[in-house]
Amino acid sequence: MTPDRTERVDFGRRVLVLRGPGVSARISLKPLLVTVVLMLLALAVGVLALGTGEFTLSPAQVIEALAGEGTRAARLVVVEWRLPRVLLALMIGAALGLSGAIFQALTRNPLGSPDIIGFNTGAYTGVLVATVFVGNGYYLLAGGALAGGLATAVVVYLLAFKRGVQGFRLIIVGIAIGAMLASANQWFIIRMNVQAAYSAALWEQGSLNGLGWAQVTPAAVILAVLAGVLLAYGPRLALLEMGEDAAAALGVRVERVRLVYLIVGVALIAVATATAGPISFVALAAPQLAQRLTRTPGIALVPSAAMGAFLLMLSDWLAQRAFAPTQLPVGVVTVSVGGVYFVWLLVRQARR
Amino acid sequence: MSLAARDITIGYDKKTISEHLSLEIPAGRFTAIIGPNACGKSTLLRALSRLIKPVTGEVLLDGKDIHGRPAKEVARRLGLLPQSSIAPDGISVAELVARGRFPHQKLIRQWSAADEAAVVGAMAATGVTELSGELVDTLSGGQRQRVWVAMVLAQQTPIVLLDEPTTFLDIAHQIELLELCVRLNRDQDTTMVAVLHDLNQAARYADHLVVMKSGEIVAQGDPREVMTADLVERVFGLGCRIIDDPETHTPMVIPRSSLG
Repeated sequence: MTPDRTERVDFGRRVLVLRGPGVSARISLKPLLVTVVLMLLALAVGVLALGTGEFTLSPAQVIEALAGEGTRAARLVVVEWRLPRVLLALMIGAALGLSGAIFQALTRNPLGSPDIIGFNTGAYTGVLVATVFVGNGYYLLAGGALAGGLATAVVVYLLAFKRGVQGFRLIIVGIAIGAMLASANQWFIIRMNVQAAYSAALWEQGSLNGLGWAQVTPAAVILAVLAGVLLAYGPRLALLEMGEDAAAALGVRVERVRLVYLIVGVALIAVATATAGPISFVALAAPQLAQRLTRTPGIALVPSAAMGAFLLMLSDWLAQRAFAPTQLPVGVVTVSVGGVYFVWLLVRQARR
Repeated sequence: MSLAARDITIGYDKKTISEHLSLEIPAGRFTAIIGPNACGKSTLLRALSRLIKPVTGEVLLDGKDIHGRPAKEVARRLGLLPQSSIAPDGISVAELVARGRFPHQKLIRQWSAADEAAVVGAMAATGVTELSGELVDTLSGGQRQRVWVAMVLAQQTPIVLLDEPTTFLDIAHQIELLELCVRLNRDQDTTMVAVLHDLNQAARYADHLVVMKSGEIVAQGDPREVMTADLVERVFGLGCRIIDDPETHTPMVIPRSSLG
């Protein structure tokens, strides 16, 4: 494809039109630029994080180690010990950003985020149930998280359903269900033996501590599949934002498409929860921050993913650095920073 | 192209609005569906545009059941301006109009020369070219409605359905929009179907009327033959005289006054 400069339509923003035989694309420049910058920033923080810890390395040494050069010790620390955590921060951050974008678009409300409407609490309940009654293992926990998240989504949807699903009703019901599930989670933890309860309680904060390559591969495969589904569905989410009738008139099968987005959105948050525990506020904040920077019409998926990756990477680095050598769970950082944002959002919504 | 309803029963939830309704939309003409409030005219339009599925019977597009065909294929044949649509925050006019191209696009073909030509043409036909880069939120009601019509036109369908397109518009914009519909119908041979409230506007601009009452079609045909004082009395419960519209020589409804 080559850039087509014979631009005849004024879109009110700068766009790049690419055309070749049978292929064409129209890309808004600002979202593209913002996405690239966010990804570079996330990678830069990632390099810093790779050099952070008991064995401190300069960014140059980190890059050397990544390229397969430098000392053996440096390569061991960077590639074997620290790289999985950085990759997971980026992937899970992107997953949270995508999941938040999907639900905020479906509910047409910035509060309609999976961490607010109880979906990640439900996913965590699924994880606890799996731990208590079945056992351990990544796929079991991921399955439990997915089942818990989906069950929560179904319950919330059924309770909120009244002649179609209204965004605000869904959010109120979701918050209520989330609160109930949170107490259920506490009950499960109390019932566990001390060892399991301790790790469950730690995990409930949402943490990337102690994750390794064993967690990277399954998470990467599942997230790639989910991203593929989103890619194949193209602009349908944006069309749904225009109302069900308008989307249906343009040839979107509204019911089916909404169900697929719902499942993908829950699956994204389930993978994140199964891997790192319920991390709050990234899904809430990333799509809105991305939209403020990019000024895209409605919520855009790709910039939200980039913003999510950057936010979680930054939060995890702060969690490691803030009270070093004590390592905070990343969830504590996202809750503290995100909490401020959440209050601001609530105040702004209430004023409307 | 053809659009027809065969013996359809339609409604919402358990409430039936119309039973065993049959209707043929005349190709290449401008059909107006009129009737009192809650007579089922919008429901009929929603059934014709496959937004609701009939309980029994079928809607036929080109002789085939509309619900049995791929959604995008139907959207290339039949366009619809729904009663309520939401313009996403921060969307520009051209971006909204370009969304009408969705049924013609593929994953690897997102913005072909044909897409661009259709958007340029649709904006020119509705007179919104100068607004192209403006945000839809900042436009007046009349301008915004023209932008939505442009989006439907960019879809380039041989059939266009409009659900109460003139609601919320002032009188000048109502006339402007209806004349735009007539022009499209004449110049591009587009089959138009609109649900309209104003009898005089329906009689003036449409060349085929479908009159509904309590979920049934009570009359249809050329406005000059259909629009009689007797029909208006029967359907709307309104005593009136029908005079000749001095401007277009179409029937014009003058309600009788009970004030003496």
